[in-house]
Amino acid sequence: MSLDIPRSTPAPAKVRRSFLHENPSVLWFIGLLGLFTVAVTVLSEGFGIGMISTNLVKVLGMTLCLCLIAIAMDVVWGYCGILSLGHFAFFGLGGYAIGMWLMYARTEIVIRDSLGRGTIPPTELEVSEAVAAQIFGVVGSSELPLIWTFAGSLPFQLAMVVLVPGLLALVFGWLAFRSRVTGVYLSILTQAMTLALSLYLFQNDTGLRGNNGLSGLQNIPGFLHVPQSVLSVWFFWASACALGAGYLLFAWVVSGKFGSVIRAIRDNEARVRFLGYNVEGYKLFVFTITAVISGIAGALYYPQAGIINPAEIAPIASIYLAVWVAIGGRGRLYGAVIGAAFVSLLSSWLTGGGAPNINLGFYRIVWTDWWLVLLGLGFVAVTLFFPKGIGGVFDYLVRKKP
Amino acid sequence: MLRLFTLAAFAIAMAASLPLRAQTDSLTPLQDALQTVQSSVASPSRATVPAVLRALLDADAPGTVDFLRAWGDREVYERPEDGLFFYATDAANRMLALIDIDTGTEIATVSTREVNQIRPNAGVRREIGAALVSFELLHPDADRRLAALENIARSPDADQIEALTAARVAEEDSRIAARMDRLLDLLNARFATDPAVRVDAIEGLRGDISTEARRVLNQILQTRAEFAPEIPEGTNVARIREPGVDIDLTAAYGTLSEAGLAPARPGRNTIRDALRTNVVDGAVGGIPVHQLNTDEMRRAAYAALQAEGVVAPLVTEADMRAAVSEVVFYDAYLEPDRAVTDAARDALDSTRTRISLWQFVSISLDALSLASIFFLAAIGLAITFGVMRVINMAHGEFIMMGAYTGYVVQTVIPNYTTSLIVALPLAFAVTFAAGVAMERLVIRHLYTRPLETLLATFGISIALQQLAKNIFGTQARPLTAPDWLAGAIQVNDVVSVASIRVAIFVMAIGFLLMLLYILNRTRLGLEVRAVTQNPGMAASMGINPDRINMLTFGLGSGIAGVAGVSIGLVAQVTSEMGANYIVQSFMTVVVGGVGSVFGTLAGATLIGFLQKGIEWFNPANTLAAQTFMVLFIILFIQFRPKGIVALKGRAAGD
Repeated sequence: MSLDIPRSTPAPAKVRRSFLHENPSVLWFIGLLGLFTVAVTVLSEGFGIGMISTNLVKVLGMTLCLCLIAIAMDVVWGYCGILSLGHFAFFGLGGYAIGMWLMYARTEIVIRDSLGRGTIPPTELEVSEAVAAQIFGVVGSSELPLIWTFAGSLPFQLAMVVLVPGLLALVFGWLAFRSRVTGVYLSILTQAMTLALSLYLFQNDTGLRGNNGLSGLQNIPGFLHVPQSVLSVWFFWASACALGAGYLLFAWVVSGKFGSVIRAIRDNEARVRFLGYNVEGYKLFVFTITAVISGIAGALYYPQAGIINPAEIAPIASIYLAVWVAIGGRGRLYGAVIGAAFVSLLSSWLTGGGAPNINLGFYRIVWTDWWLVLLGLGFVAVTLFFPKGIGGVFDYLVRKKP
Repeated sequence: MLRLFTLAAFAIAMAASLPLRAQTDSLTPLQDALQTVQSSVASPSRATVPAVLRALLDADAPGTVDFLRAWGDREVYERPEDGLFFYATDAANRMLALIDIDTGTEIATVSTREVNQIRPNAGVRREIGAALVSFELLHPDADRRLAALENIARSPDADQIEALTAARVAEEDSRIAARMDRLLDLLNARFATDPAVRVDAIEGLRGDISTEARRVLNQILQTRAEFAPEIPEGTNVARIREPGVDIDLTAAYGTLSEAGLAPARPGRNTIRDALRTNVVDGAVGGIPVHQLNTDEMRRAAYAALQAEGVVAPLVTEADMRAAVSEVVFYDAYLEPDRAVTDAARDALDSTRTRISLWQFVSISLDALSLASIFFLAAIGLAITFGVMRVINMAHGEFIMMGAYTGYVVQTVIPNYTTSLIVALPLAFAVTFAAGVAMERLVIRHLYTRPLETLLATFGISIALQQLAKNIFGTQARPLTAPDWLAGAIQVNDVVSVASIRVAIFVMAIGFLLMLLYILNRTRLGLEVRAVTQNPGMAASMGINPDRINMLTFGLGSGIAGVAGVSIGLVAQVTSEMGANYIVQSFMTVVVGGVGSVFGTLAGATLIGFLQKGIEWFNPANTLAAQTFMVLFIILFIQFRPKGIVALKGRAAGD
């Protein structure tokens, strides 16, 4: 059985109509996302009346990236039944890949500028040595590691954003699926992969600056003169476009025959195999494509965050990802978006000191202390009582309509 | 020889005096003894020191050692009017406060002119120093003698050989005598003047793996890098370095030019700086400045400058080769005697195999201890996972709960032993209750949805972690082991095991036996096994699976609590400690094989040994060891997806 998206469907025009017709949520979603983007742009400091601070624009842009990876997680878990605890690692890898270019190129510009002021222009070797010393001085090294060889090339690093997570997912998935590791075992195995990766990145001598991570990523080489208020809106647009495109892509992937097969795998893998489908191939495809999308989401996220370090990749991050999707509602793409946006915005509101503390007289509830308790228990409650998550509310609304 | 004789005589006199020693009734025994040899003390010379020592020995007054030390350090004063001796400290107005040498009380304040400071010369001071060593080495109290030996071992010195030899003759305690022989070997190997004695002593150290012996041997084998046109006569060469092979050509040339034997080689930076200072009208040597951004152009410009004679000439690789070939580079032993260094090298080589062997033992013990920690952390998980197919992400938090229980008990009961005895069952009870509550409230509703158990228990895990943080704060809390567990069992200088690790190992074994007993010999165990193998069939046999599940979950959680107490003794108690163990515990269970006590044991052993083994290859980097270990486990699962001990047949289920 090939992995191809079914081509034997009727004429394209009819397909598109039926695709959108069957998935009204796609139009709704794209429309709302567009409205939201316009609203944020109009209210932003860089392009509008300045009601939304640059920082908030960045937070919103980052949230869109988290929504994108949440959709990917929803496809791999909610639709295909693979509870991957490793997708945030792919997200981080994408961030590292783009971060290497951002950091290298910006340092190179600064170094060329300062060396160029001398009486004699610098040689290429001098430039790269100075860049290396600048970047790696913090881990006590002054040599450029091998993996940074092409860090100065944007196309190469952009390719890495897609290739590194994609290849890692492909190899790992191939190994895991071919030995029929399923269910909780697979979850633990993906968690082990994430742990190994973060431990690896934590080492100083692996060439990615150990626990210092990559920093200063908010400065985009070539646009150093552009103020952050404008850059942040640009990234917001890029994140919104990526989210819209990702939503469209995944909505298309999970509809139609392919979607039916992966849902069937989720519900009863053995039966699908007996029907003659190449279950491993389907799973591998879903696992890899979602990893690639995660990498892209990471590449958009970290320039807005400004810093990436191995702690971001720690296994706990991937579990939070699962929490978002579960709270939002599995098996529906907009559920994942709602979950990710709701939980991450609520989290930054409560832990960022935005929420007022509650004085009970005998005890003062400080939200920074109690937010995780609330999240944990809320999560248990959602799992126990609302397996459909917040997205389940829409079912209720839709059903009420005549 | 004369000194040796004096000391020997001193020693014999001491030995002879032992039975005759009588308590003097005088209140100032030390002063009295000194007064019998007053002139020798007041104006000491090498010839008179033995007499003083003998007098002191005969009196055996308390404070003799302190007096000898003060005497040598020029801290003893004589009052000319009555000839008495005092210590003194500085008082106000440049006065001296005199201190009675027997009682240590201040008795008078005098001007410096009223007393004479006794100033023994260097020869006498050395004599006194040796006497001091002998005095301690010959002390009737064996512990004092051992302490003196350890002092010598800490700061070895050529002068101590004589005193030690003399003391060895008089020594009767075989244990101390052996230690003395060892120290004599160590001292002789380094300091003896006769090469034959040194070689002999070195032979005595052959196969000795203690650090002190190896340190002495390594000191003898110290080398210094040198070069010369020809190796001078009588040099004890360790190895000859071939430039370009054993020693970097540039580095070799660098040493030559540093010694002024060759012109310095202009490096890239030197060339750049030279060009920079010689810019004329925007060009250097006829080459415009903006073109100087490659090494070739820079060298060309430099060559032009060199032709003008402005800068030092470039040194090519051929030049360097030629300069270097004129001389020989070699490492020479600081020790000139070939026989001694050969013997030392031999002796050191002979220890190598034994050291590796002991190191292997040491690493195995480390691995065993790590394995027992993993086992303790994982076994509770193995029970719940194995019996109920339920992944408990909050297992790590149960470990944490146990550790905090131990901490709280310790704040209430100050006695560490008692508190530990109380803490262990209490931790079990607390986490047992927590486990049962969790099973009743959450997990029971999710038996049909294992993946969601994972998520729900994870929710509980983050809530518990944050609660612990709110209650106990973020800083690490100590869980102190009782004194009898604080030390280490020292096998030799290579192998030592902390007692606490032994205790944890014993506890792990205890738990293993207890679990095996419960599972195989009790009614509960029978029912648990029945439910593990086939819940439906077990239910139809009258076993209540709900009850068994609840008890099993409680048991697994309780064991986690006890594991928490023991882990808290070796690691720090923080709210995140559970999270550090949870992934490893899962891997232990998965690698070992789900649902089997022996599987968990095998998994823990494999992972413990693996981690220590990888650390051995790369000792500085535990992170790398963990990374490789996780990679290995991922690969391992490929080949044995069901773990080392796989359940077969219907029990394997799915």
